[in-house]
Amino acid sequence: MATTTFTVAEQKAQDRRTRRREAKRNVWAYVFVAPFFFLYSVFGLFPLLYGVFLSFHQWDGISKMKWVGLLNYVKLFTVDDVWWQAIYNTVWLFVVATVPQLLLALILAFIINSGYIRFKDFFRAAYFMPFVASAVAVGILFSSLFGLQYGMFNYFLSFFGVEKIDWLGSALWLKPSIVLVTIWQWTGYSMIIFLAGLQSINPELYEAARVDGADTSDVFWKITMPLMRPVILFQVVTSIIGAMQNFDIPVMLAGGTQSSAPGGTDHAGLTAMMQLYWSAFKYNTGSKSGFGYASAMSFILFFMIVTFSYLYNRANGRNLTED
Amino acid sequence: MATTTVSRNRRGRDRFAGPVVMTFLYAFLAVFAVASAFPFYYMLVTATYRTVDILRIPPPIWFGSALMQNYTQLLEKGSLPYFWTSVYNSVAIAALHTIAVLFFCSLAGYGFAKFRFPGRDAMFTFLLATLMVPGALGLIPSFIVMRALHWIETWYPLIVPGMANAFGIFWMRQYIESAIPNEMMDAARIDGAREFRIFWAIILPVIAPALGALAILTFMGKWNEFQFPLLILKDQMTYTLPVALSTLRSLRGTEIGVQILGSSIAIVPILTVFVSASRQFMSGLTAGAVK
Repeated sequence: MATTTFTVAEQKAQDRRTRRREAKRNVWAYVFVAPFFFLYSVFGLFPLLYGVFLSFHQWDGISKMKWVGLLNYVKLFTVDDVWWQAIYNTVWLFVVATVPQLLLALILAFIINSGYIRFKDFFRAAYFMPFVASAVAVGILFSSLFGLQYGMFNYFLSFFGVEKIDWLGSALWLKPSIVLVTIWQWTGYSMIIFLAGLQSINPELYEAARVDGADTSDVFWKITMPLMRPVILFQVVTSIIGAMQNFDIPVMLAGGTQSSAPGGTDHAGLTAMMQLYWSAFKYNTGSKSGFGYASAMSFILFFMIVTFSYLYNRANGRNLTED
Repeated sequence: MATTTVSRNRRGRDRFAGPVVMTFLYAFLAVFAVASAFPFYYMLVTATYRTVDILRIPPPIWFGSALMQNYTQLLEKGSLPYFWTSVYNSVAIAALHTIAVLFFCSLAGYGFAKFRFPGRDAMFTFLLATLMVPGALGLIPSFIVMRALHWIETWYPLIVPGMANAFGIFWMRQYIESAIPNEMMDAARIDGAREFRIFWAIILPVIAPALGALAILTFMGKWNEFQFPLLILKDQMTYTLPVALSTLRSLRGTEIGVQILGSSIAIVPILTVFVSASRQFMSGLTAGAVK
């Protein structure tokens, strides 16, 4: 291309100039990415670390902080039954709502991606609609649908001879109600993520497998699933994170925001995040409340999220090596 | 490509997709589509009735005539006299936040995608790791930080912290990396353009599709956000729409139709935007999600 012949010295000088230009340019790159690191330090990292510090204190947020060491954790683990009920509810909701939700989303994504189905755009958009709606508005809407005497669901079920169900009023049915709304709202979103994963698989792989005589179940287990694993892992981990912080829908269905006893009958719909929120900001005067106590709750939750994600990741890795 | 897909589909049909299977598949998909859509229909219908007509067997399934009556009552004292103020607050907060997100996230995404600066990979890995840190767990200390900044009762806590967020940056980086050839910047540099100007005048117009999808997603998330505004905003003049609606729910004896009308005003605009732009939005979403 270039017709000039460089001497070694000229070549070196040229390289230096290029490097200097790149270094100067890189200053701009640091400026471009700096806002994230600044904001995350102030509003992400610092609060997390400060939360650790807080969890060793007793503090109502106003008067002087008092160092109590591990006392908050000890109390949480030994005497706080309501907290463990909330943890139980949270995990229960994860197992009964989030897990089926992910499976259903995966099945729907496979069907829509299978190549047999028309109106793909229509189905995709229809399933995604609930995700767009505000959880608060959805809570109000479903409270009406779940009505005991005149609710649409009980009316519908009466055709099948089902007795009236006290969806939101009884401890037995409150969690299943939350499950229904959660599945309704989140399946479409998970499905879109799975669908994106499926569509990114190179069709030539399927073609090659067919040529080599693989049948559908071979293709599914040997090509689709292994390639989908990172996408599924991502979705499962983000779902664990989301489910452990479950708040909006349970709050709306199991006790309004002004209510003094959140979580409905027998705390059946009380999630960990609700209990944390109430201990810190609603009745933060007793010994089992306050900013420090609730911060200790955060770290128990944090630890649970990390553990569950790690366990899933490990189980997933083991499957991978077995194949 | 096209022929590959067609031949795969045809072979697939020959093998399994008999009429019975196909009917079953469509029925399965349709049941879930109806289940997804029905609550929205019920919402629109119920917003047009008084409570006495909603609490009936059979429940109403076609539109009634009490819409205006419900609307008047929604704005009355004892319901939500500041309803439109909270709508305005929600729109303003979501819009300002979205504009800031688009700017900062595409800027940082461009920085990560197209510069090879020392420490880049480590910084990007850190950024991805923060995605895995559950944010709400910093709820209490965040509140204390906001209080220290005198930001309680203001819009800042809802607009500023997430302006340059890891998700948006990751999203924009993936798109910019694949959509923008390096020659484009090199050409501009030879013409003497400054780095920021290259971003503003050359990169931004090209990444419009990704910006569109991120804009919808960000606006939606902010419009629907509940927990943090509930904590920060205590005066009903500053409420966002979800916070205002949540108080409606806890007022005993509020007309059901009134509550649901309020909810539909939170849902219908965003649903309309989504439905009318769903094709572009979905393809933007899928393009960003997989890489």
